[in-house]
Amino acid sequence: MTTGLTPDLVETPLRDVIIIGSGPAGYTAALYTARADLHPLVIEGAIGAGGALMNTTEVENFPGFPDGIMGPDLMDNMRKQAVRFGAEMISDDATEVDLAGAVKVVKVGNDVYRARAVIIATGSKYRFLGLANEERLLGHGVSACATCDGFFFRDQDIAVIGGGDSALEEATFLTKFASRVTLIHRRDALRASKIMQDRAFANDKITFRWNSEVVDVLGDDKVSGLLVRDTQTGETDTLAVGGMFLAIGHDPRSELFRGQVELDEAGYVKVESPSTRTNLPGVFACGDVVDHTYRQAITAAGTGCAAALDAERWLAARHAEHNAAVAAQHNAAVATASVS
Amino acid sequence: MGAISAVTDATFADEVLASDKPVLVDFWAEWCGPCRMVAPVLEEIALAHSDKVRIVKVNIDENPETMRAYSILSIPTLNVYKGGEVVKQIIGAKPKSALLKDLEAFL
Repeated sequence: MTTGLTPDLVETPLRDVIIIGSGPAGYTAALYTARADLHPLVIEGAIGAGGALMNTTEVENFPGFPDGIMGPDLMDNMRKQAVRFGAEMISDDATEVDLAGAVKVVKVGNDVYRARAVIIATGSKYRFLGLANEERLLGHGVSACATCDGFFFRDQDIAVIGGGDSALEEATFLTKFASRVTLIHRRDALRASKIMQDRAFANDKITFRWNSEVVDVLGDDKVSGLLVRDTQTGETDTLAVGGMFLAIGHDPRSELFRGQVELDEAGYVKVESPSTRTNLPGVFACGDVVDHTYRQAITAAGTGCAAALDAERWLAARHAEHNAAVAAQHNAAVATASVS
Repeated sequence: MGAISAVTDATFADEVLASDKPVLVDFWAEWCGPCRMVAPVLEEIALAHSDKVRIVKVNIDENPETMRAYSILSIPTLNVYKGGEVVKQIIGAKPKSALLKDLEAFL
């Protein structure tokens, strides 16, 4: 065989749309495309199924839930709603894609799926400092999820790294458990919103270390302290803490698409705003993998809906010309396969 | 009733430490989102490999002694016990393929 398209691949059914990713964007895109009778296949992601909201507790700002709703419950509900209308779910990660042609190919390990259109909703992931000992002690005092792991640090001193809204939210949340929370920030001022700052400054369990960065994480079996460097003076000292929570931002989960779909310098998928079209025909993107500005559950759901409608309209318009291209690609592959 | 039964502080020694078969213990809590993601995957593995490994779960809110005894600092944590000892530890929710790979030696 010399061609990339094996006979096996030719025989896998051609779907209308595959959605890569989940969360509010992916599940909303699934709901809308399912209701449009496009029988979406959703590659939900294995670790990340449900997206960032699975790591939250109470969501108070999703309209329609006056008493709030638990993040994981909101995601369960969205998922169920999409399944009710026929969306098919695979709780695993897409491992390889080929999105440039008329037939888009998405692989999940050894399983191959093909579709006319693809919606990217892979979201973002927590950023780490990139220290060797940070990785070694992940789950042993190093955490990127205060709501998951805060519970284990009752009456201990801990540190939160970062200066944005999520850092202050985590620090404030963690004071429920910890005896003292030290917020370590590289600069001398916070990026966080006024309301979050006021809340944190008023909390006497939170202390601030400005112009400071963590250069090492100490501890054998679990975190015992941090080596902190003053960025002004260059001096380092040890801060004794039992836990380190990271809140230094997110990076878009777009590695899978690099080299095919156009990304910006920070790795976010570029779309022809206000549409969800990427540079590739038939490939749409929505949610946090696109959005470095709003990053809310409701905005992700909104762009997920837009991507579904964009995909639906694109499929309808391309129906005829697309069928011809698919037939040509199919025939070429069969011809090559029968020659070899 | 699923393939995964709940073990408590009171039953941990009998059901896990004294087991002839390797036992995978899922340390979890109601409020933990990633635990919810990994639960159905473990259910599938438990059904498919019940001859080789037993899978049980420990609710850390209700069973603080076991949680402390094994220094659990993050959930989900999956510990495999063999002959009363922890022989494998997996921290955080992972895809089924990655879990199967991590557990290869026991399946």
